[in-house]
Amino acid sequence: MSETTATLYEQLGGEAAVNAAVDIFYRKVLSDHRINRFFDNTDMDKQAAKQKSFLTMAFGGPNNYSGADMRQAHAHLVKKLGLDDSHFDAVVEDLAATLQELNVPQELINQVAAIAESTRNDVLDR
Amino acid sequence: MSLYKLSVNDRDIICESGETVLDACLRENIDIPYGCRQGACQSCMVRSLQGPPPSAAQDGLKEVLRHQHYFLACLCYPQQDMAISISPPAEFFTEATVIEKSLLNAETLQLTLQCQETMDYYAGQFVNLKRADGLTRSYSIANNRLHANKLSFHIRRLAGGRFSEWAHQELNVGDKLEVSDPQGLCYYLPTSQENNLLLIGTGSGLAPLAGIVSEALHHGHKGAIHLFHGSREMDGLYWLEEMQDLASQYPNFHYTPCISRGDAPEGVARGRANDVAMTLLPSLKGWRLYLCGHPDMVHQTKRQAFLHGAALQDIHADAFHVASATLD
Ligand SMILES: Cc1cc2nc3c(=O)[nH]c(=O)nc-3n(C[C@H](O)[C@H](O)[C@H](O)COP(=O)(O)OP(=O)(O)OC[C@H]3O[C@@H](n4cnc5c(N)ncnc54)[C@H](O)[C@@H]3O)c2cc1C
Ligand code: FES
Repeated sequence: MSETTATLYEQLGGEAAVNAAVDIFYRKVLSDHRINRFFDNTDMDKQAAKQKSFLTMAFGGPNNYSGADMRQAHAHLVKKLGLDDSHFDAVVEDLAATLQELNVPQELINQVAAIAESTRNDVLDR
Repeated sequence: MSLYKLSVNDRDIICESGETVLDACLRENIDIPYGCRQGACQSCMVRSLQGPPPSAAQDGLKEVLRHQHYFLACLCYPQQDMAISISPPAEFFTEATVIEKSLLNAETLQLTLQCQETMDYYAGQFVNLKRADGLTRSYSIANNRLHANKLSFHIRRLAGGRFSEWAHQELNVGDKLEVSDPQGLCYYLPTSQENNLLLIGTGSGLAPLAGIVSEALHHGHKGAIHLFHGSREMDGLYWLEEMQDLASQYPNFHYTPCISRGDAPEGVARGRANDVAMTLLPSLKGWRLYLCGHPDMVHQTKRQAFLHGAALQDIHADAFHVASATLD
């Protein structure tokens, strides 16, 4: 890699891109009948902040997410509401659709999806 | 190299160059909540006590929070000495005398207090009222800023409600109450005057909204102002004529009373205030919203408004935790 190669996060546009994406993504998730029941009782402001952290991580940006955090944050959804692979797939789909809407090249979308994918087992507590 | 002094609660510490306020505090073992360290989770929000913080440290915060000098410690590289507060400030109370009591409808009392000190508040904020034995409840200020010595409230009587029933039945003109500093973020700022405003309230949630409308009109707000006031039945509404008069006086002010049960008389919409509003105003992109009243209504409307295009930063809400007799 040459020194000038930008990280995925930079290529996508850094924090500005995260800000643009979080609104669109969160709206998609809340209107997605497959998964919106997981958000029924959440505080919208706090949840938006979490979406922002999640997108920062998925874009390969600076983040403090650890597998343990992911597990902890989702464990009750797995146990009580039956969060499973189908829901995880729906989120990844909504994320890809968000990036398409923002005209992100498919190659970068694939990289983002791969990072999101790497959290699957932690999120689903396996 | 620049070193700045940080006064944090009771301590003075040094923030080294290239160090954030969060890092400096953590290095000095000052307990400050944090999560992401990059301005996303907002858990490290603190408040500057001496003037505005560097604006980069206020990235992503609601305008009213910026206005009150809140900032994110993890994004803040000081540019001068700073005094900051981590814990919410201690409440101060001032004494006030009841100067007027009247009924707005069968269950809502308009209570006006004359405060000993001039209150510095923004229309839409609330105060805590404390009676002699210490029982304290929050009530929204129903008037605008022009009456800084007088505060009026709309207090809805709840059967068995300890404060509200007492205020309706036993509190008299001439009695004294303690009033806290004004609080809350659901208020009007005369910035972005072209933005449209949508205000939705149920029951006595009209109080802060009426204050906000009056303040906005006073400042000559340029965007449209839409107020929806809802109740289950006609008895739960009040100030219909006052609001209709305002609406005929100001072409950009629109008022829609709503009832969710029974037949609606002319000029009153049938349905829940939030649903009526969302049907009439399908696109809320760029709008500022104020929601006050029943917690379920507030929660549901926040989501509806967001899905109709409003940015979360522009949605201001105070949920009143009341078990209510006439609201759906
Ligand atoms: C930011 C904010 C702003 C507010 N602004 C306003 C305002 O402008 N106007 C307004 O009217 N209200 C407002 N409220 C609500 C107000 O603060 C009080 O919560 C409300 O007046 C009820 O107080 P209370 O002491 O009368 O009732 P409480 O004694 O606290 O009782 C509340 C309810 O619970 C029921 N209850 C009490 N004890 C029991 C029990 N043991 N078992 C079962 N049920 C019980 C009562 O019957 C009553 O319905 C606001 C609240 C907040 C948080
Ligand atoms: S630590 Fe998350 S915003 Fe500062």
